[in-house]
Amino acid sequence: MTGMGWFQIFLYFVAVLALTKPMGLYMARVFQQETTFLDFLLRPVERLIYRLCAVDERQEMHWKLYGRAMLLFSGVSMLLLYFIERLQRWLPWNPEKLANVAPDLAWNTAASFTTNTNWQSYVPETTMSYFTQMAGLAYHNFVSAAVGIALAIALVRGIAERETKTIGNFWVDITRCLLWILFPVCLIASFVFVSQGVVQNLKPYVTARLIEPHAVDSQDADGRQVHKVIAEQRIAQGPVASQEAIKMAGTNGGGFFNANSAHPYENPTPFSNFFQMLLIFLIPSGLTSTLGRMTGSPRHGWAVWTAMALLFLAGVFAAYAAESRGNPLLRGVDRQASEQQAGGNMEGKEVRIGIANSALFTTVTTDASCGAVNNMHDSLTPLGGLVPLVNIMLGEIVFGGVGSGLYGILVFVVLSVFIAGLMVGRTPEYLGKKIEAYDVKMAVLSILVSSLMILIFAAIGVVTKSGTAGITNPGPHGFSQILYAYTSAAGNNGSAFAGINANTLWYNASMGVVMLAGRFLAVIPILAIAGNLASKKTVPESLGTFPMTGPLFSVLLVSVILIVGALTFFPALSLGPILEHLRMVSGKVF
Amino acid sequence: MSTHSHGKATSLTDRKILRTATIDSFGKLDPRLMIKNPVMFVVEVGAVLTLIVLVLNAIHHAHGFWFGLQITLWLWFTVLFANFAEAMAEGRGKAQAETLRKARAETEARRVCEDGSTEIVPSSALRAGDVVMVAAGEFIPGDGEVIEGVASVDESAITGESAPVIRESGGDRSAVTGGTRVLSDEIKVRVTSNPGETFLDRMISLVEGASRQKTPNEIALNILLAGLTIIFLLAVATLQPFAIYSGAPQNIFSLVSLLVCLIPTTIGGLLSAIGIAGMDRMIQRNVIAMSGRAVEASGDVDVLLLDKTGTITLGNRQATAFHPSPGITEAELANVAQLASFADETPEGRSIVVLAKEKYGLRGRELAPHNPIFIPFSAQTCMSGLDMDGREIRKGSPEAIRRHVVEKGRTVPAEMQEVVKLISNAGGTPLLVAQNRLVLGAIELTDVVKGGMRERFEHLRAMGIRTMMITGDNPLTAAAIARQAGVDDFLAEAKPEDKMALIKSEQTKGKLVAMTGDGTNDAPALAQADVGVAMNTGTQAAKEAGNMIDLDSNPTKLIEIVEIGKQLLITRGALTTFSVANDVAKYFAIIPAMFAGTFPLLDRLNIMGLRTPESAILSAVIFNALIIIALIPLALRGVRYRPLGAAALLRRNLVIYGLGGVIAPFLGIKLIDVLIGLLRLA
Repeated sequence: MTGMGWFQIFLYFVAVLALTKPMGLYMARVFQQETTFLDFLLRPVERLIYRLCAVDERQEMHWKLYGRAMLLFSGVSMLLLYFIERLQRWLPWNPEKLANVAPDLAWNTAASFTTNTNWQSYVPETTMSYFTQMAGLAYHNFVSAAVGIALAIALVRGIAERETKTIGNFWVDITRCLLWILFPVCLIASFVFVSQGVVQNLKPYVTARLIEPHAVDSQDADGRQVHKVIAEQRIAQGPVASQEAIKMAGTNGGGFFNANSAHPYENPTPFSNFFQMLLIFLIPSGLTSTLGRMTGSPRHGWAVWTAMALLFLAGVFAAYAAESRGNPLLRGVDRQASEQQAGGNMEGKEVRIGIANSALFTTVTTDASCGAVNNMHDSLTPLGGLVPLVNIMLGEIVFGGVGSGLYGILVFVVLSVFIAGLMVGRTPEYLGKKIEAYDVKMAVLSILVSSLMILIFAAIGVVTKSGTAGITNPGPHGFSQILYAYTSAAGNNGSAFAGINANTLWYNASMGVVMLAGRFLAVIPILAIAGNLASKKTVPESLGTFPMTGPLFSVLLVSVILIVGALTFFPALSLGPILEHLRMVSGKVF
Repeated sequence: MSTHSHGKATSLTDRKILRTATIDSFGKLDPRLMIKNPVMFVVEVGAVLTLIVLVLNAIHHAHGFWFGLQITLWLWFTVLFANFAEAMAEGRGKAQAETLRKARAETEARRVCEDGSTEIVPSSALRAGDVVMVAAGEFIPGDGEVIEGVASVDESAITGESAPVIRESGGDRSAVTGGTRVLSDEIKVRVTSNPGETFLDRMISLVEGASRQKTPNEIALNILLAGLTIIFLLAVATLQPFAIYSGAPQNIFSLVSLLVCLIPTTIGGLLSAIGIAGMDRMIQRNVIAMSGRAVEASGDVDVLLLDKTGTITLGNRQATAFHPSPGITEAELANVAQLASFADETPEGRSIVVLAKEKYGLRGRELAPHNPIFIPFSAQTCMSGLDMDGREIRKGSPEAIRRHVVEKGRTVPAEMQEVVKLISNAGGTPLLVAQNRLVLGAIELTDVVKGGMRERFEHLRAMGIRTMMITGDNPLTAAAIARQAGVDDFLAEAKPEDKMALIKSEQTKGKLVAMTGDGTNDAPALAQADVGVAMNTGTQAAKEAGNMIDLDSNPTKLIEIVEIGKQLLITRGALTTFSVANDVAKYFAIIPAMFAGTFPLLDRLNIMGLRTPESAILSAVIFNALIIIALIPLALRGVRYRPLGAAALLRRNLVIYGLGGVIAPFLGIKLIDVLIGLLRLA
């Protein structure tokens, strides 16, 4: 670990903190239909959309209706993407004449992008046409993010409103989210990326002559030795900058290229790297402030933010420390960070990005449900790899995915409040709303879904042939690969321990199911909580009410998150990364 | 309050209760009963599973029988200990129910027929609406209302209070309870309840827990515990495939042990005991809660409505000072005031006599030789006094005395008018004393606030509860008393319907309101309040409307009721936290033990340094079982409530039960491991 490394991490943290309040207040204005400086431009567009779609913007929805609208919208969008993939050969903007996507992969990808996961079982530059990327994938990057934010806002409304049956209008929420938040942010971000050198074109791939042609010896299908000299390289092109913006700001994470944010066309400069990470936390962090604003308790919003920040810092520290120490088995090799070298564990990392920014990026992308990577998580040290795994297992609630981070942590808040309420001798209440059996039931259900998906599918994966066929390393690391894959899918993260070969019928099919369940089964109980809380009376605060602001609450929240997460996954983790770490320290790697 | 016949007599170590509870804990193994408690049901299923495997292993002479046997035994103990906790909590109630049942024994009743004659029928044949005669020495055959006569009644069977109480027709003392005994006179009673629905029946089923339903909060907690159980079931069930992949498959004993140690058995085993004990603690304080829901709600109370008279003040005004007119000494005034009050048998009158005696040593004098003519108080004159030796002595309200002296052309001195105003403003009641139509001075009567009330209200404020005094007094007097007693707010010149309106308005603000009452006109408000405590001396209507009955008829009991409600919730929260926090240590005991055989490196997670894998697993299981027994007293007694304010209280409980819950099992498991080593058990 170096001072410069910590300074950059500190700088990043301060930037996130500084943007939280302005972003949060702006979003609160957008969703509370208050005036904003963009109204003159967007209001007419918004009205036009409602007229075309026959949406009554004043209609308020019951949580069940809200949920149905959300499911219907997501379902139709998913089908649309599936058919674009299956028919891309005959669709425009396919200069490379890429073939139609296979059914299982198309299903997996459709599920992946609809759920804001962006798990990619394929190499984008050789699988997806420009049209598929722009009309199919990027479209989902926008709308799945908007759906997540809308759900979070619906829950916040449930907490804030009193004695009402409705929690807002789904169509209005996603329209406003897209027009007022995602489009402007991404428009600005795209130009920033272009300014840094991210490409933006619809050209065919470019062929470049290598300065140093190099020879490759391999065996052909008949087992004969083949000697080949490679003198040319195909360089993929495309509308990257525009995709990059929403990939980060919508915490989607699906790279335009296979190398994702390690690719120089996606992430060319130190500033673009910093800016990418900032975009990931921009909306999720801001939403805590939106929560504070809409519930009329800004300090509660900050208490939630503080809990997230504590978990974030712990994760960064662990990842940075583990990666800086590197692999102890490289005895006799100088692993010290210096002017000349990054030091530590550089396997799977871009030299220009280095240890600190790789560790930070890894933590950020898994704290949020982003899943973009600028280094290969498969090559992290066992403890370094434990950090992203645990981040996702905890439910990606450290700022988290756009919207999903907030509603995820609010479920933990409900449970924390329940325990805390009991311990002060009152029927538990959350910002004046009594937390009763129904709310607890829904909160538990929501948490159960993702644990259930991760553990059951990982268990099937490790004992079936189709499961173990995908892993590329034996022993505990292979186990970690499978565990990570399903964790990433259930948490809608999309990053991978990239060693795993997941483009198989089993993984494509099963992970599609896990991703859909991880998103939609988990949010229905959350909408139910929103609806139920909205219908309740508010109990005024008294001396006997446990305060939901301040450090005590933040610490309690962190403890509940860690205890629930640790208790659920400790056995699995001890057979994966922990065992791998212990064996590495004693001299065996995988 | 002196002779509680039940409650306190039954201590935790009562042999008979222990014995019954032990037997009951086996009866409760019935899976149909166990399934109501999902956590302990899972333990029982696990115990059955290990038992089957144990038997199969024994048949096949598989090794590890001794370890398997011990695990199986301790799993069964875990279930039994939880059942024992519940049986213990019920046991105390059952002992009380037995006493009550004796009082309910079949008696004969003299039913009044339509023609006025009486017939002898068994008490069980009585229906609501029947009229019976009950004479001295007879038991009252059922709950009812006195419609004729006055009698002294021994209610000790219900209240534990040995002093007889007066029951009479009309007014607020007309309710009688079945099973109590008339000591003198004869009364005519209209029966108000059918057999099996009497107060005594309800009380029996309440203390026995027969009619116990899970309270809302208990249900919510149960859901959380069931959720945790499912998560752990999943974590353990999927561990086997992971273990198989890793080349270290586990035996059923280790897996079930891990599962049972992880699921929240501590709170799961004690949850119903905590609820029953909460009701029981109410009963020990002579409060009968009609439902567990009411007990729970009392912990949430935000506003306490208290009647001034009898609750905050002693209920009668007492003379506290003499204010003589100019030119009159205080002793003279005291002397005359005492004379004026000799015949006044009201508490106020007596207090004047006493004050004069205390201040000036004026003792009772023989008045007979002076041929006094006592003038009793009348509503028309608002005065009382006596005529003696040509002296015309009167005392009365300032207005009455003014009229009295004005008749003779005299006036009340300006100084006295000032004094009268001052006394009123201070919350007191002024009386003027006149001799021969000359005002000698004023007597100050004040409502005396009961001792210790101010402290109790401060206590309540610290708990976050607002106290509100209800009084018929004028606002000035009310404000003065409110200030003196330290209540937060008051409602003056209150009529019964005002009380109701006040409750409703507080409730629309989302607040929970508690109140006490005894009169029939309190009944609607009692029913409207979230916690309505009826006095046992009150009317039948009041008792039916409230959701609790205080057998001691002590209005300040509300404070204790609130504390019990809070204690109930805190105990649940504390033990849940403790239970879940315990899991950390159990993981560090069991996971290395399971895998250290295959991966010796994982023994580094064995931070307690437990001796062998078998001993480690066994220690964790034994700790898990014994902690239930160890916490039974806490569950029954309840975590002590401290009025600290929510944040401080939470911090304190989190440190004790959260942090303590993480640390305690590390020590406990290590200790058991050492003992197992000494005894060579594994």
